[in-house]
Amino acid sequence: MYYLWVFLIGGFICMLGQVLIIYTNITSARILVTFVLIGVLLEAFGIFEPISTFARAGINVPIIGFGASLAKGAIGAVKARGLLGAFTGGLEATAGGIAAAVIFAFIFALIFKSKTKN
Amino acid sequence: MDDKKRNEAYNKYVKAKLPKTRPWPSLFNSFLVGGIICCLGQGINDLILLWFPNMAEQTAWAYTLIVLIFIASFLTGIGVYDKIGKFAGGGSIVPITGFSNSITSPAIEFKHEGIIYGICVKMFTIAGPVIVVGIVSSILVGIVYLFI
Repeated sequence: MYYLWVFLIGGFICMLGQVLIIYTNITSARILVTFVLIGVLLEAFGIFEPISTFARAGINVPIIGFGASLAKGAIGAVKARGLLGAFTGGLEATAGGIAAAVIFAFIFALIFKSKTKN
Repeated sequence: MDDKKRNEAYNKYVKAKLPKTRPWPSLFNSFLVGGIICCLGQGINDLILLWFPNMAEQTAWAYTLIVLIFIASFLTGIGVYDKIGKFAGGGSIVPITGFSNSITSPAIEFKHEGIIYGICVKMFTIAGPVIVVGIVSSILVGIVYLFI
Protein backbone atom coordinates (compact mmCIF):
# COMPACT_ATOMS: atom_id res chain seq x y z
CA MET A 1 0.00 0.00 0.00
CA TYR A 2 2.72 2.45 -0.94
CA TYR A 3 0.05 4.64 -2.60
CA LEU A 4 -0.90 5.82 0.87
CA TRP A 5 2.65 7.08 1.44
CA VAL A 6 2.71 8.66 -2.03
CA PHE A 7 -0.51 10.47 -1.18
CA LEU A 8 0.58 11.56 2.30
CA ILE A 9 4.08 12.76 1.37
CA GLY A 10 3.01 14.35 -1.93
CA GLY A 11 0.08 16.02 -0.23
CA PHE A 12 2.27 17.27 2.60
CA ILE A 13 4.79 18.86 0.19
CA CYS A 14 1.99 20.59 -1.71
CA MET A 15 0.52 21.79 1.57
CA LEU A 16 3.88 23.39 2.42
CA GLY A 17 3.46 25.39 -0.79
CA GLN A 18 0.02 26.47 0.35
CA VAL A 19 1.43 27.49 3.75
CA LEU A 20 3.90 29.75 1.92
CA ILE A 21 1.03 31.26 -0.10
CA ILE A 22 -1.08 31.99 2.98
CA TYR A 23 1.59 33.49 5.20
CA THR A 24 3.80 35.32 2.70
CA ASN A 25 1.52 36.09 -0.30
CA ILE A 26 4.27 34.59 -2.44
CA THR A 27 3.79 34.38 -6.23
CA SER A 28 3.70 31.05 -8.04
CA ALA A 29 7.03 31.74 -9.80
CA ARG A 30 8.70 32.15 -6.38
CA ILE A 31 7.08 28.95 -5.09
CA LEU A 32 8.39 26.96 -8.06
CA VAL A 33 11.88 28.48 -7.70
CA THR A 34 11.92 27.75 -3.96
CA PHE A 35 10.95 24.10 -4.39
CA VAL A 36 13.40 23.56 -7.26
CA LEU A 37 16.17 24.91 -5.01
CA ILE A 38 15.05 22.61 -2.19
CA GLY A 39 15.27 19.69 -4.62
CA VAL A 40 18.77 20.66 -5.79
CA LEU A 41 19.96 20.92 -2.17
CA LEU A 42 18.35 17.62 -1.12
CA GLU A 43 20.10 15.84 -3.99
CA ALA A 44 23.42 17.64 -3.40
CA PHE A 45 23.46 16.48 0.23
CA GLY A 46 22.38 12.97 -0.72
CA ILE A 47 19.08 13.17 1.18
CA PHE A 48 16.81 12.89 -1.86
CA GLU A 49 17.68 9.32 -2.82
CA PRO A 50 16.61 7.64 0.47
CA ILE A 51 13.37 9.67 0.54
CA SER A 52 12.69 8.82 -3.11
CA THR A 53 12.97 5.04 -2.68
CA PHE A 54 10.39 5.36 0.08
CA ALA A 55 8.08 8.12 -1.18
CA ARG A 56 8.33 7.42 -4.94
CA ALA A 57 5.93 9.72 -6.81
CA GLY A 58 5.25 11.58 -3.56
CA ILE A 59 8.54 13.42 -3.99
CA ASN A 60 9.27 12.84 -7.69
CA VAL A 61 6.08 14.46 -9.00
CA PRO A 62 6.40 17.69 -6.97
CA ILE A 63 8.82 20.12 -8.63
CA ILE A 64 11.35 19.12 -5.94
CA GLY A 65 11.98 16.04 -8.09
CA PHE A 66 12.78 18.31 -11.05
CA GLY A 67 15.42 20.12 -8.98
CA ALA A 68 16.80 16.83 -7.73
CA SER A 69 17.24 15.41 -11.23
CA LEU A 70 18.98 18.64 -12.30
CA ALA A 71 21.52 18.18 -9.51
CA LYS A 72 21.72 14.42 -10.00
CA GLY A 73 22.44 14.90 -13.71
CA ALA A 74 25.16 17.45 -13.00
CA ILE A 75 26.80 15.27 -10.32
CA GLY A 76 26.72 12.14 -12.48
CA ALA A 77 28.09 13.95 -15.53
CA VAL A 78 30.89 15.56 -13.50
CA LYS A 79 32.01 12.12 -12.37
CA ALA A 80 31.94 10.83 -15.96
CA ARG A 81 33.24 13.81 -17.94
CA GLY A 82 34.77 16.27 -15.49
CA LEU A 83 34.12 20.02 -15.66
CA LEU A 84 32.08 19.86 -18.87
CA GLY A 85 29.63 17.59 -17.08
CA ALA A 86 28.74 20.38 -14.64
CA PHE A 87 27.47 22.40 -17.59
CA THR A 88 25.78 19.65 -19.58
CA GLY A 89 24.52 17.23 -16.92
CA GLY A 90 21.68 19.20 -15.36
CA LEU A 91 19.90 20.09 -18.58
CA GLU A 92 20.54 16.66 -20.07
CA ALA A 93 18.72 15.00 -17.19
CA THR A 94 15.73 17.37 -17.32
CA ALA A 95 15.60 18.02 -21.08
CA GLY A 96 12.68 15.63 -21.54
CA GLY A 97 10.47 17.52 -19.11
CA ILE A 98 11.39 21.00 -20.32
CA ALA A 99 11.05 20.07 -24.00
CA ALA A 100 7.71 18.36 -23.36
CA ALA A 101 6.37 21.38 -21.48
CA VAL A 102 7.47 23.70 -24.31
CA ILE A 103 6.12 21.62 -27.23
CA PHE A 104 2.74 20.91 -25.58
CA ALA A 105 2.38 24.54 -24.53
CA PHE A 106 3.17 25.64 -28.09
CA ILE A 107 0.70 23.21 -29.68
CA PHE A 108 -2.13 23.93 -27.25
CA ALA A 109 -1.52 27.68 -27.48
CA LEU A 110 -2.04 27.39 -31.24
CA ILE A 111 -5.22 25.32 -30.79
CA PHE A 112 -7.01 26.88 -27.83
CA LYS A 113 -8.19 30.43 -27.19
CA SER A 114 -7.81 32.05 -23.79
CA LYS A 115 -10.84 31.74 -21.54
CA THR A 116 -11.96 35.03 -20.08
CA LYS A 117 -11.29 35.00 -16.38
CA ASN A 118 -14.13 35.80 -14.07
CA MET B 1 -2.04 64.37 0.53
CA ASP B 2 1.61 63.51 1.08
CA ASP B 3 3.18 60.37 -0.28
CA LYS B 4 3.30 58.46 2.97
CA LYS B 5 -0.38 58.92 3.71
CA ARG B 6 -1.29 58.05 0.17
CA ASN B 7 0.77 54.85 0.26
CA GLU B 8 -0.84 53.83 3.52
CA ALA B 9 -4.29 54.38 2.15
CA TYR B 10 -3.37 52.44 -0.98
CA ASN B 11 -1.98 49.50 0.97
CA LYS B 12 -5.14 49.42 3.06
CA TYR B 13 -7.22 49.41 -0.09
CA VAL B 14 -5.17 46.60 -1.64
CA LYS B 15 -5.43 44.54 1.53
CA ALA B 16 -9.19 44.94 1.57
CA LYS B 17 -9.46 43.92 -2.08
CA LEU B 18 -7.13 40.91 -1.95
CA PRO B 19 -9.00 37.63 -2.04
CA LYS B 20 -9.03 36.18 1.44
CA THR B 21 -7.93 32.57 1.66
CA ARG B 22 -9.20 30.94 4.78
CA PRO B 23 -6.21 28.91 6.03
CA TRP B 24 -7.76 25.59 7.03
CA PRO B 25 -9.92 24.59 4.08
CA SER B 26 -7.26 25.74 1.62
CA LEU B 27 -4.55 23.74 3.42
CA PHE B 28 -6.76 20.67 3.31
CA ASN B 29 -7.62 21.19 -0.37
CA SER B 30 -3.98 21.63 -1.39
CA PHE B 31 -3.07 18.47 0.55
CA LEU B 32 -5.89 16.52 -1.11
CA VAL B 33 -5.26 17.66 -4.69
CA GLY B 34 -1.46 17.49 -4.36
CA GLY B 35 -1.74 13.96 -2.99
CA ILE B 36 -4.09 12.90 -5.79
CA ILE B 37 -1.78 14.30 -8.49
CA CYS B 38 1.17 12.41 -6.97
CA CYS B 39 -0.88 9.19 -6.85
CA LEU B 40 -1.82 9.74 -10.50
CA GLY B 41 1.89 10.03 -11.29
CA GLN B 42 2.61 6.84 -9.36
CA GLY B 43 -0.19 5.09 -11.27
CA ILE B 44 1.22 6.18 -14.65
CA ASN B 45 4.69 5.08 -13.56
CA ASP B 46 3.41 1.65 -12.48
CA LEU B 47 1.52 1.21 -15.75
CA ILE B 48 4.60 2.10 -17.81
CA LEU B 49 6.70 -0.41 -15.84
CA LEU B 50 3.94 -3.00 -16.25
CA TRP B 51 3.94 -2.61 -20.05
CA PHE B 52 7.72 -2.27 -20.36
CA PRO B 53 9.19 -4.35 -17.52
CA ASN B 54 12.77 -3.95 -18.77
CA MET B 55 12.72 -0.16 -18.75
CA ALA B 56 15.24 1.58 -16.47
CA GLU B 57 13.63 3.27 -13.50
CA GLN B 58 14.88 6.71 -14.50
CA THR B 59 13.56 6.37 -18.05
CA ALA B 60 10.15 5.35 -16.69
CA TRP B 61 10.10 8.47 -14.48
CA ALA B 62 10.97 10.67 -17.44
CA TYR B 63 8.03 9.24 -19.40
CA THR B 64 5.77 9.62 -16.37
CA LEU B 65 6.61 13.31 -16.06
CA ILE B 66 6.07 13.84 -19.80
CA VAL B 67 2.60 12.25 -19.55
CA LEU B 68 1.73 14.43 -16.53
CA ILE B 69 3.00 17.52 -18.34
CA PHE B 70 0.85 16.62 -21.36
CA ILE B 71 -2.26 16.16 -19.22
CA ALA B 72 -1.72 19.44 -17.35
CA SER B 73 -1.03 21.32 -20.57
CA PHE B 74 -4.22 19.96 -22.15
CA LEU B 75 -6.32 20.72 -19.07
CA THR B 76 -4.91 24.26 -19.11
CA GLY B 77 -5.92 24.58 -22.75
CA ILE B 78 -9.54 23.64 -22.12
CA GLY B 79 -9.64 25.86 -19.01
CA VAL B 80 -10.05 23.09 -16.43
CA TYR B 81 -6.66 23.48 -14.72
CA ASP B 82 -7.46 27.04 -13.66
CA LYS B 83 -10.58 25.75 -11.92
CA ILE B 84 -8.55 23.07 -10.14
CA GLY B 85 -6.05 25.79 -9.22
CA LYS B 86 -8.71 27.99 -7.66
CA PHE B 87 -9.77 25.09 -5.46
CA ALA B 88 -6.36 23.63 -4.67
CA GLY B 89 -3.94 26.59 -4.51
CA GLY B 90 -0.50 25.17 -3.74
CA GLY B 91 -1.74 21.68 -4.53
CA SER B 92 -1.86 22.59 -8.22
CA ILE B 93 1.33 24.71 -8.31
CA VAL B 94 3.93 22.55 -6.57
CA PRO B 95 3.61 19.34 -8.65
CA ILE B 96 5.26 19.21 -12.09
CA THR B 97 1.78 19.79 -13.53
CA GLY B 98 1.97 23.31 -12.07
CA PHE B 99 5.21 23.89 -13.98
CA SER B 100 3.48 22.75 -17.17
CA ASN B 101 0.50 24.99 -16.41
CA SER B 102 2.81 27.96 -15.80
CA ILE B 103 4.18 27.55 -19.35
CA THR B 104 0.94 26.80 -21.22
CA SER B 105 -1.22 29.37 -19.45
CA PRO B 106 0.66 32.57 -20.48
CA ALA B 107 1.31 31.07 -23.93
CA ILE B 108 -2.44 30.86 -24.52
CA GLU B 109 -3.21 34.14 -22.80
CA PHE B 110 -0.78 36.17 -24.94
CA LYS B 111 -1.53 34.34 -28.19
CA HIS B 112 -3.15 37.49 -29.57
CA GLU B 113 0.23 39.26 -29.51
CA GLY B 114 1.51 36.90 -32.17
CA ILE B 115 3.36 33.63 -32.33
CA ILE B 116 6.87 34.99 -31.67
CA TYR B 117 6.20 37.87 -29.27
CA GLY B 118 3.08 36.34 -27.80
CA ILE B 119 3.39 32.59 -27.47
CA CYS B 120 7.16 32.08 -27.64
CA VAL B 121 8.17 35.00 -25.43
CA LYS B 122 5.46 34.87 -22.76
CA MET B 123 5.79 31.11 -22.41
CA PHE B 124 8.76 31.66 -20.08
CA THR B 125 7.44 34.48 -17.88
CA ILE B 126 7.10 32.09 -14.92
CA ALA B 127 9.08 29.07 -16.08
CA GLY B 128 12.08 31.21 -17.09
CA PRO B 129 13.21 31.99 -13.54
CA VAL B 130 12.66 28.35 -12.57
CA ILE B 131 14.90 27.11 -15.39
CA VAL B 132 17.54 29.80 -14.75
CA VAL B 133 17.73 29.07 -11.02
CA GLY B 134 17.76 25.34 -11.74
CA ILE B 135 20.61 25.57 -14.25
CA VAL B 136 22.72 27.94 -12.13
CA SER B 137 22.35 25.88 -8.96
CA SER B 138 22.97 22.56 -10.73
CA ILE B 139 26.18 23.91 -12.30
CA LEU B 140 27.33 25.10 -8.87
CA VAL B 141 26.57 21.69 -7.35
CA GLY B 142 28.43 20.00 -10.22
CA ILE B 143 31.50 22.20 -9.70
CA VAL B 144 31.47 21.50 -5.96
CA TYR B 145 31.36 17.76 -6.68
CA LEU B 146 34.33 18.18 -9.02
CA PHE B 147 36.47 18.98 -5.98
CA ILE B 148 35.19 16.40 -3.52
